[in-house]
Amino acid sequence: MSEWWTYRAGDFLLFSPRVYWRMFESHNAALWPLHVLTLAAGLTIILLIAWRPGTWARWLTLILAILWIFVGWSFLWQRYATINWAAAYVAPAFVVEGVLLLVASSLNGLAFDRRGPAGWIGYLILAFALVGQPLLAPLQGRGWASSEVFGIAPDPTAIATTGVLLLARGRLLPVLLPIPVLWCLLSGITLRTMGEPQAWAPYAALALAAAGWIWTIIRQRRSSSPA
Amino acid sequence: MRTTRRTFLQASTATAATALLPSALHAQADAPARRPIPSTREEIPIVGLGTWITFNVGNDPALRDECARVMAAFFESGGRMIDSSPMYGSSQPVIGYGLQKLGRPSALFSAEKVWTSSGAAGPPQIEQSRRFWGVPKFDLVQVHNLLAWKAHLQTLFQMKATGTVRYVGITTSEGRRHDLVEQIMRNEPIDFVQLSYNVADREAEARLLPLASERGIAVIVNRPFRQGALTQRLQGKSLPEWAAELGVSSWAQLMLKFILSHPAVTVAIPATTRVDHVRENLSAAAGPMPDPAMRERISAHVKAL
Repeated sequence: MSEWWTYRAGDFLLFSPRVYWRMFESHNAALWPLHVLTLAAGLTIILLIAWRPGTWARWLTLILAILWIFVGWSFLWQRYATINWAAAYVAPAFVVEGVLLLVASSLNGLAFDRRGPAGWIGYLILAFALVGQPLLAPLQGRGWASSEVFGIAPDPTAIATTGVLLLARGRLLPVLLPIPVLWCLLSGITLRTMGEPQAWAPYAALALAAAGWIWTIIRQRRSSSPA
Repeated sequence: MRTTRRTFLQASTATAATALLPSALHAQADAPARRPIPSTREEIPIVGLGTWITFNVGNDPALRDECARVMAAFFESGGRMIDSSPMYGSSQPVIGYGLQKLGRPSALFSAEKVWTSSGAAGPPQIEQSRRFWGVPKFDLVQVHNLLAWKAHLQTLFQMKATGTVRYVGITTSEGRRHDLVEQIMRNEPIDFVQLSYNVADREAEARLLPLASERGIAVIVNRPFRQGALTQRLQGKSLPEWAAELGVSSWAQLMLKFILSHPAVTVAIPATTRVDHVRENLSAAAGPMPDPAMRERISAHVKAL
């Protein structure tokens, strides 16, 4: 691409906000009442992390893996790619994240026993993804029909995953984090370019998660340094 | 080349003559003016239909029907040129849907683009685009934003020689790569050049528009309202009283008349999702056009607001 510095984010926006939100309406209508199941899955993830993190760790990672692959296929590949050709390149990344989570599940590679401030931020992000994000549509006057629901739409799925990973420990964390983080950034840029106020949502989730991780890293270094 | 009163009168003579033809007097009163494509003298209406963003509606059936209604109003109002690109998401299949629904209007002047960095991928992409539209062949295929322009122009000139495309062109937008555009206009036998030009972005007036006139290249103007930014900025502001001299009732019409009155411009391609707007755009192609002094007045007034 020549003279790349002359391009703005708006030059890559191929669709109008109206078409974008109607896409969620169509997607929700096509998948209803699957939302009940995915929200129940999200709630189950929270409950398992809170009360039985050791026993059920591999199962809650498996739930996330399935949802990432499902959202990548059903939303990005089947629907979003019809108005944004770039989504066809992002959909495989969702499948990759799903596969990585499957690997984490099969190796039982994550332990969900992080507590303290970072853990509470993780819960806060998870709660927002499950309850707050679907409310944004009606709060902005678009009605419930275009709500973004965990396990159905990419934003709440990615945001919830950053919350889950904030509550986790394990060597696989560095490979599981980049895709949800990159999606949140990409979605925030897209929403901001469309002039949508809710662009703050993925950015805020990332900022909170970053604060949690930084706090955790600092605490780990302090506790490992000699007295 | 500056737009002098003489060049303005030459360009608008054809416009006025066409608008005042005695046949079908009632319809012609609102019919869009036409201008000839210099390389063949074939005349086309001076307002076409762009599809960037507006026709990218995916598989949404209600929005596809809305686009079809815009196309119906476009053809009913005397429009011909519809422009799209493989870059525009679902715009191509949406155009194909509309054409199918409207019984494949014979008036259609299909303007497409080839947009791939690989020369070898050009012909299959053009064929895929043709299938989306459902047309036997394209009237015009342009190299989108000069991407792999050498290889694609070679392909397109061959296609033109074998009759599988009627016209060949290149495109740029928002003032990018004008040096290269100028070089191609000087050295390649292209029929069309597509560029951005409007009341606020007048860079093309310096070299490209005069060169198009000199070389006999038709000019398609994209982003006539800066992708809606200009019309949004002027929303709620009153038209100046002197605009009544041009018979316009909206800022969009006034800004279109500014563009269309440049003698080097062949077609402007505003994009819209609204039937009333497409009619309004087409009606700007009829009636009186601003003279050079009025053009400057329009530009200055809009910039000052």
